[in-house]
Amino acid sequence: MAREFRLGGAPHLPAATSVRTVMGKVLLALLPGVALSTAWHGPGVLLQAALACAFALLLEAAMLRLRGRPLRPFLGDLSAPLTAVLFALCLPPWAPWWIAAVGMVAAIVFAKHLYGGLGYNLFNPAMVGYALVLVAFTRELSGWPPLDAPIPPGALLDGVFGGGVPWDAMAQATPLDTLRDQLGQGRTVAEAQAGDDGRSAWLALAWTLGGLWLLQQRVIHWHVPVGVLAGVLAVALPLWLYDTGRHASPWFHLTHGALALGAFFIATDPVSGAATPRGRLLFGAGVGAMTVLVRTFGAYPDGVAFGVLLMNACAPLLDRWLKPRPFGHAR
Amino acid sequence: MNAPQRLFAFPGGLRLPEHKDAATRAPSRACPLPPRLVLPLSQHAGQAARPEVAPGERVVRGQRIARAEGLGAHLHAPAAGVVVAIEDHPVPHASGLPAPCIVIDVDPAAGEAALLPALPDWPAIEPAALRARIEDAGIVGLGGAAFPTAGKLGRPIDLLVLNGAECEPWIACDEMLLRERAPAVRDGGRILARIVGASRIVLAIEDRMHGALAAAREALAGADDIAVVAVPTIYPEGGERQLIRVLTGAEVPSGGLPADLGVLCHNVGTAAAVADAVLRGLPLVERYVSVTGAGVADPVTLRAAIGTPIEWLVAQAGGYRADAERLVMGGPMMGRALPTDAVPLVKAANCVLVLTAAELRDDAPELPCIRCGECVRVCPARLLPQQLHWHLRAGDFDEVEAHALRDCIECGLCAHVCPSHIPLVEWYRWGKTELRVRAEDRRRSDLARERFEARKARLEREDAERAARLAARRASAPAATAGDADDPVAAALARAEAKKRGAATEDADGA
Repeated sequence: MAREFRLGGAPHLPAATSVRTVMGKVLLALLPGVALSTAWHGPGVLLQAALACAFALLLEAAMLRLRGRPLRPFLGDLSAPLTAVLFALCLPPWAPWWIAAVGMVAAIVFAKHLYGGLGYNLFNPAMVGYALVLVAFTRELSGWPPLDAPIPPGALLDGVFGGGVPWDAMAQATPLDTLRDQLGQGRTVAEAQAGDDGRSAWLALAWTLGGLWLLQQRVIHWHVPVGVLAGVLAVALPLWLYDTGRHASPWFHLTHGALALGAFFIATDPVSGAATPRGRLLFGAGVGAMTVLVRTFGAYPDGVAFGVLLMNACAPLLDRWLKPRPFGHAR
Repeated sequence: MNAPQRLFAFPGGLRLPEHKDAATRAPSRACPLPPRLVLPLSQHAGQAARPEVAPGERVVRGQRIARAEGLGAHLHAPAAGVVVAIEDHPVPHASGLPAPCIVIDVDPAAGEAALLPALPDWPAIEPAALRARIEDAGIVGLGGAAFPTAGKLGRPIDLLVLNGAECEPWIACDEMLLRERAPAVRDGGRILARIVGASRIVLAIEDRMHGALAAAREALAGADDIAVVAVPTIYPEGGERQLIRVLTGAEVPSGGLPADLGVLCHNVGTAAAVADAVLRGLPLVERYVSVTGAGVADPVTLRAAIGTPIEWLVAQAGGYRADAERLVMGGPMMGRALPTDAVPLVKAANCVLVLTAAELRDDAPELPCIRCGECVRVCPARLLPQQLHWHLRAGDFDEVEAHALRDCIECGLCAHVCPSHIPLVEWYRWGKTELRVRAEDRRRSDLARERFEARKARLEREDAERAARLAARRASAPAATAGDADDPVAAALARAEAKKRGAATEDADGA
């Protein structure tokens, strides 16, 4: 007796992965860095992440509803929580709650859904959100609590929800801030870094560990991190060799601020980045170079967000220029 | 010649779970003849064959029952019996439409096999005669493309590649063929090499096909004319272009043929069929086929007659399991899903694969592309699958062409690794069809334009000629007047004469 079967297109094998798996692995890879950051800066790190996640999911659901898209597949793809966590990791742990709210409106509503939602955003949503609050609320974003004196939970809650943090009294400058201020006052790099215990290198290492795992899992490709490294070296090394007293070393740049986090987790965002292998190398190099340039000559202590956003704008062009030669085509 | 072969990497590719054990656990079995064989007239690239038998006619094994027309292949009766019909029947073809087939009721008592004369002294036979034998035996490429083999033997070749790199999961017919009939593959390779004048022969086998490698090395012990090369197991290495790249480092030009590089590639099954045709006089009437997958009770590799219904083959493998969900002819990456098992085994079918729901893509909704680039990483044609998809969605076919869609080999890796579960291969198939339609439209409109322009040019030319004639006449008329000017009377007489003649003609016309 002949039997009938349901048809389906090739390939017939189950899909190797899903968007949810990809985003979930990136979130998982953030754990070492998040853990270390929490150990140093206290539970405020987790509180900021949770706040941003809540706003992100709410806004995502609202925008999906407004745009007439199904909620379940898109809320479950974990892209909004990832955006939220990456954004929150850039905030001081005691930042008031409305910073996360404003940042997520910029990220989820403007940068993501007004451009067409998942897969269509030209700019990295987390960095759009961060750049906006950084420019708009510089004071709230500049003070970080001292590393060795975690804020008591009461003060933390008061600061986040009540606006009662005595910013100037408790805040401590980050090494990047210190470097900028001291150099501005005519001191040398060595003098500026006298109080730097090199601890931030450990955080960079934690991000790197997560990043290496992502590479091993084939979630990210090597091109962007290697490009960032090359970009940092290309700008920082000549400057440093030209005047070691006026310019920080490439090692200092790589181990401070958001560079390691950016190289493995932010500049590797596939949607807003380049898609061709050579395009990704150049994309990473641009981020690395821009970061050092902003840190050295710009008005802000760190420049990862600006580097990423600038390169986002260049990504389509890079892909166009650096299209690989198809198999069997003339060199 | 036995110097270790240097191997090269091809772009992209992926290691896939192999699942080869299922159909290689036991030796291959001869599939009993079914009561009825259905032989499609078109089982090959090119035109359908023309039947040479009529309903009611008795046929014997090996008898030619349909003749190749143009590019194509002859068809032979796999068993003795009676032709009961030449009619449309469901076939395993992409269109899903029924196609003309010769239907034979098998009757082993109907007569002795009528084989071609064996040619054991083939090394002394002219290449052209050997090529004619391959044509007479109806041999087509058994790796899947079913291109008439003789049609590939016309150009001078330096390197002959025998393709035993069976890279798709589950399929194991080449593995079993090599294990059991490596000498036939070897002899077929030598015959093919003689026909095209190849100075080197490489038998390429994936390094995970241990049994096949051992058998091939044993068959070639002491021989130095065929190099057995173990190539890394990575999908889609068995693709002709990928394998040639691995063995030679060269890329077959886009739109070109391996022969452009002096290379010819034949599947090992094709080589064995060539040996059978030359050494035994046996036309292509049976083949190795794996009946496998988690959806069959007892996976096995069979030696089955062409035309055997798939239903019959599956019965030989213990029948379907309860959770059988999809029937595929070919492998899980490039194979074609069949709507029914009431279709016959064709020359090109290397595998009957029955998959269960657990081995199929789930129905998770398709999400937008997140440009993760996994498809770029695995693409063996070094394309940008995500950009192709983008431009296809946008209907921008100029960009689609610029992104070299026609170089896509439809290996299925991009769709397999896509986290957004986009059916990329279906997009590309559609896109290729659209490109063909557009090329045809362009050809037609070019033709129409040429015609229009030719007509316009002709009309203009005629106008110009007429104008030139008039001008010439006008130029000559005053000259004549001028010539007669010295005698106005004679001129006036002549004019009157002409007028009278003209009137007479008019009268004659009027009468």
